[in-house]
Amino acid sequence: MVEEAKVLLLGSRFSMFGMRAKIALAEKGIKYEYMEEDLTNKSPLLQEMNPIHKKIPVLIHDGRPICESLIIVEYIDMVWHSNYPLLPSDSYHKAQARFWADFVDQKVYHASKRVWISEGDEQEVAKKDFLQSLKQLEWFLGDKPYFGGDTFGFVDVALIPFYCWFYTYETFGNFKVEEVCPKLISWAKRCMQKESVSETLADGNDVYEAVVDYKKKFISN
Amino acid sequence: MADEVVLLDFWPSPFGMRIRITLAEKGIKYEYKEEDLRNKSPLLLQSNPVHKKIPVLIHNGKPICESLIAVQYIEDVWSNRNPLLPSDPYHRAQARFWADYVDKKVYDLGRKIWTSKGEEQEAAKKEFVEALKLLEEQLGDKTYFGGDNFGFVDIALVPFYTWFKAYETFGNFNIESECPKFIAWVKRCLQKESVSKSLPDPHKVYEFVVEIRKRIGIE
Repeated sequence: MVEEAKVLLLGSRFSMFGMRAKIALAEKGIKYEYMEEDLTNKSPLLQEMNPIHKKIPVLIHDGRPICESLIIVEYIDMVWHSNYPLLPSDSYHKAQARFWADFVDQKVYHASKRVWISEGDEQEVAKKDFLQSLKQLEWFLGDKPYFGGDTFGFVDVALIPFYCWFYTYETFGNFKVEEVCPKLISWAKRCMQKESVSETLADGNDVYEAVVDYKKKFISN
Repeated sequence: MADEVVLLDFWPSPFGMRIRITLAEKGIKYEYKEEDLRNKSPLLLQSNPVHKKIPVLIHNGKPICESLIAVQYIEDVWSNRNPLLPSDPYHRAQARFWADYVDKKVYDLGRKIWTSKGEEQEAAKKEFVEALKLLEEQLGDKTYFGGDNFGFVDIALVPFYTWFKAYETFGNFNIESECPKFIAWVKRCLQKESVSKSLPDPHKVYEFVVEIRKRIGIE
């Protein structure tokens, strides 16, 4: 019954948070309807479904909204638990997976934003913080093919969308992630071999063009 | 095989209080270790090398960091006692959403109130009261955020009450007059032993904040 209920995802083309939800839905083989939001002109539906933060992604399942990307991914994993589990079943490893997904939100995201928004000394600090956060993730990855171990899992879903933004960070920040974190790039390329990932991630050049455009329009130099 | 549970904590931390309450709710015996945050123990640095922060829950030698993650871990492992999260996926997602809202809003805005002055402080106070009013709305006529039973969102939020005297004194406002329903909910929570035994006296927290303000040079 649950599988037949309508699934709608409100997202935005270049949002790594929206991509997390899309990858999770694709991994589980769930049919859904996608609605692209114009974040400069938010739809009444978005404002109704996420009145608190008014942000995407929002998953609407059988008319009920779920907000915040990692909460959405856990919800998808719980509802469609028999198809391809994303979180480990063991409590300790589940806590570790949540910890590292939270790390991506706390550290990787904020530093990465500062890399393309700021300049000069501030940008240098942002680059250092960003690369440091990636190195810490590399350390956690170790020799595993995925953060989830042998199979693609929760932390992989949380992190891989940032890969399509690497070109943007590297171009604005004048550095190459591969030079500092080669293992992480190998991991990313491995993930890109999965259809759920390659079909979801935006093209790196398109992301860059959109960011250049955004900076011109909204951020004065 | 007896479970060995250790909590690395710092007495005024609302994040640490969350775990204390959860362990009490589940009736779990544990060793409490007070950390000196200006001189962090080797155990803390080893258990949380990434953030080097408290609280850290150590279960049979294995560390779990980040308060809400630790609370969910305790819920998973000791699932047969006093469930704290709804079993239904949608309501579970809602509980997580509101606990996340507490993390995003209450702590940061509260901190701004006692560390800033003038316009910045006024803006923080306004936003803080708005956040509490939103939470009041979410509570509605329920006894707890968890409904009839004390749950995850209640645990995430109630510890911040111990900082209210500090916010009110330095911010020069009265939370009860703005959000009476919120304070009524706090009082209901305090009637639970797991809560009253886990929370420090707000006066002591206030004195602690006075000390910190002196130390960091706020008039």
